[in-house]
Amino acid sequence: MKHVLRPSQYAILLGVMLSASVGDSFLKRGMEQVGAVNLRHPDLLWHALFNPYVDIGIVLLIGFFSLYTTALSWADLTFVMPATAFGYVVLALMGRFWLHEHLSLWRWLGILLIVAAVGFVAGGPSRTGHPELDRMDAGIGR
Amino acid sequence: MRSSPLHVWSAILFVATLAVLGEVMIAAGMRQLGDLDELRSRRGLGGTIAAVLTNSRFVVGALCMALNFFSMLFALSIANLSLAGPAIAALTYVGNAVAARFFLREHVDRRRWLATLCVVLGVILLSR
Repeated sequence: MKHVLRPSQYAILLGVMLSASVGDSFLKRGMEQVGAVNLRHPDLLWHALFNPYVDIGIVLLIGFFSLYTTALSWADLTFVMPATAFGYVVLALMGRFWLHEHLSLWRWLGILLIVAAVGFVAGGPSRTGHPELDRMDAGIGR
Repeated sequence: MRSSPLHVWSAILFVATLAVLGEVMIAAGMRQLGDLDELRSRRGLGGTIAAVLTNSRFVVGALCMALNFFSMLFALSIANLSLAGPAIAALTYVGNAVAARFFLREHVDRRRWLATLCVVLGVILLSR
């Protein structure tokens, strides 16, 4: 199954797109509450671990890494890459519609380009390469 | 103290190189293991996690990513976020595409190069 993704695999890619950006937003919210961490106040890092926003952010980022590695087990790096870049779009849209930030025309153009990139690779195969070499590779590594 | 442009760009290049190395090694490890869903049906969840965590390519990749995180903190201490953020992201996406073509033997066709270019430009525009 190299060219057609299963619904569960689309769900994993969606998770990759959302988890990092939402996780980063939670971390940012939490660290705003904790305060600036510097060499004079390293103990704040310990306090940060008891902030619920920081905890949710960490869980989401661990989830992102798990989903990302899972996606790389059945898709090319150049296929998954635009999905990770889509996180920037999610962050920008969250800023626009949740935090009511202004998005300039340049940023809307950036969003359009990343959406186009996702569209370009989504229309092609998820896994490419040389099957013979892959089989040899897998045989050596297990 | 203000850092020289050479100092700043060396740090940016170093962080991007570590990110490319990390992502390519993790991708190589995952390619070596094969579809994790299939692996889980054969070995169970514990066996799959053990297979991933004992894969040398994955471990090297994860270490590079950890090092990338700390070197990023250093880079941000000498460079502006508005320069370092998009520069590191753009260099990492281009580096990943080149490394995927030559080291992972992926077939990076015109469609994927175009996607990489769109991502690079998109990231730069989003940071404006």
